[in-house]
Amino acid sequence: MSSSRPLVAAASTTALGRFLENLRRLPERFTASVSRGGAPTTDRTRSGFIFGNVFLHLHPVRVHRWSLRWSTTWGLGIASFSAFAVTLITGVLLMFYYKPYPDVAYQSIKDIHFVVPTGRFIRNIHRWAGNVMVICVLAHMARTFFTASYRPPREFNWVVGMGLLVITLGLAFTGYLLPWDQLAFWAITIGANIAQSPREVTDALGVTAWFDPGGLQKLLLLGSEEVGAEALIRFYLLHVMILPLALAALLAVHFWRVRKDGGLTRPEDADLRVGPGEGITPVFTDEPHKTYHLAAVVPGRSPAVGRGPERTLPSMPHLLYAELAVFMLTIFVCLALAITLDAPLKELANPAVPENPAKAPWYFLGLQELVSFSAFMGGIGIPAIVVLGLALIPYLDRERAGTGEWFGGPGGGRLVAFSAAFGLGAVLAVEAVAIGLGWIREWWPEAPQLLITVLNPGTLLTLLYALFSVAMVRRHDSTRAGALALFTCFLCGFIVLTVIGSYFRGPNWDFYWSPAMWPGH
Amino acid sequence: MSVHTGREPGPRPSRLDPPTLPRRDFLGLAAVGSAAAALFFALLGMLRLPKAAVLPSPSRKFRVALPESLADGEAFIPPGRSVALFRHRGQVRAISTVCTHLGCIVKPDAGGFHCPCHGSRFDRAGEVQKGPAPAALPWLEVRDAGGGVYVVDAGKTVPPAPLEQA
Repeated sequence: MSSSRPLVAAASTTALGRFLENLRRLPERFTASVSRGGAPTTDRTRSGFIFGNVFLHLHPVRVHRWSLRWSTTWGLGIASFSAFAVTLITGVLLMFYYKPYPDVAYQSIKDIHFVVPTGRFIRNIHRWAGNVMVICVLAHMARTFFTASYRPPREFNWVVGMGLLVITLGLAFTGYLLPWDQLAFWAITIGANIAQSPREVTDALGVTAWFDPGGLQKLLLLGSEEVGAEALIRFYLLHVMILPLALAALLAVHFWRVRKDGGLTRPEDADLRVGPGEGITPVFTDEPHKTYHLAAVVPGRSPAVGRGPERTLPSMPHLLYAELAVFMLTIFVCLALAITLDAPLKELANPAVPENPAKAPWYFLGLQELVSFSAFMGGIGIPAIVVLGLALIPYLDRERAGTGEWFGGPGGGRLVAFSAAFGLGAVLAVEAVAIGLGWIREWWPEAPQLLITVLNPGTLLTLLYALFSVAMVRRHDSTRAGALALFTCFLCGFIVLTVIGSYFRGPNWDFYWSPAMWPGH
Repeated sequence: MSVHTGREPGPRPSRLDPPTLPRRDFLGLAAVGSAAAALFFALLGMLRLPKAAVLPSPSRKFRVALPESLADGEAFIPPGRSVALFRHRGQVRAISTVCTHLGCIVKPDAGGFHCPCHGSRFDRAGEVQKGPAPAALPWLEVRDAGGGVYVVDAGKTVPPAPLEQA
């Protein structure tokens, strides 16, 4: 750079002259020192743009054209992260005014809504970005599952993803408690009692006096026997510090592993299917037959041998611009929601009168439906079984067929459709029985509680899904077929229970065909 | 390198095989082990902090004056308390109105109590009739303090005394 310039500065013999020359060239030198490689205009400087930047260097320098197709991921992972970034920024802004103390908390939310400049808008964005994050995380999980992308070497990243899902739901839960309105108060009450619900089992066994994990969990969560100031500050701490830190740590692992596990999954024949790019001459005109082991350094074949770079494109701009597009789209959705819908705020918390019906946000209404059968199984037992079952999938399905394909594996799309039919039918049938005929307690009031804990509509549905999945394993002689069946059933169950909890449950959690039929109050 | 060396048969050690543990690594292992143990016990100690030793919960014992006009079998709920009091043949009885399912406040009605959160129903004796509640509503200790004033201790349960239909 300096060689092309006339050596005016060198001609200046005085220190002052050199100083003035340095001053004149300050902007140019500063710019050059920031971006070390220069503008990303050639393949070389494009590479430098990625690996010379601490924030971008988790990206590969070149990315396979299969990974850039929209249908590979629909950008759901980046959308989840974008929504998280939006909640992080708006959350920090809300902390300027929010005060985590009962009653004062409610007033400060009212201030944010009515007095603080842009406060209402920022709170709306925060609220809806949280919702968008939950949806994107769930959809991202479904995409990863249906394209069989959890398979080796990506098993552990799938487990990390389960952790991220749980933390995301934890952030959502602790977040809607903070306004200290009716929803918040009764959600803390119900949540703390779900934490205490192992007592349902220890009481039935008569061992609570010696062994009381439920009581300990509730005590740790509330810091008191009642829901009050202690509980609010604990949920606040979880929401603004502990859970975001845990999420950020796991996110770092998640992203790093995507890269280290070889980027996005693609089918074995992805190279053939994307074909040579237009106007690109193959680099390897005759494919070498040798494979080179980098023995004792990396396992497997060195990735570039025999595979020309013509199936890949520079990440700058192709990958980065795609990510930017997803980021902007996510922000657009959050802003559009924030402009059109206000984040809900109910009346000030009243410890004497629960709302009727007391409903959690939509993503917990499926759980609330299960909890209305048994607190322990619905709130702890079945969620634990589901999370554990999902986490184990990559260690049980060790097949290779269908990796990187939507609905890949034996059975394929037809099996998924059949499983969806079964999953919907089973959940609707079980709900119809529970709503129309009641359950054991109505038929036999003296029934031991342990019987209802073990056998309730929620556990029955879980059992039906598990049996169906085993049947599909045998029918298709494939673990992947069973996993496809089970995951599809889980999605159907989640959706139907959520819809029933949202639209068909009214006062006293009774069933109504429409909210218009609720009795007046 | 196929010269017979006279050593015992079996695969020859490769330079890529992990080395056997030399004695001088013992100190390294001991250092890592003690650091892990120290961090583990530090974590246990830190987890001790959030478990409060003194609970800031309000006293569960309170005084209440029943209105003269309260009819036999009619529920009276003192403001701010989750307890329902009844007169029954000259006696006063108190029952907790905290649902045994997930802690919502049940409402007294003609047939007993109902919970708005998840639809549990209890009869007038507090026994579960319907819904997910795992146990009956507990009856609480009441003491007559004289002059129409009663002392309820929500921390002490008494055996259920069935109420006949009024």
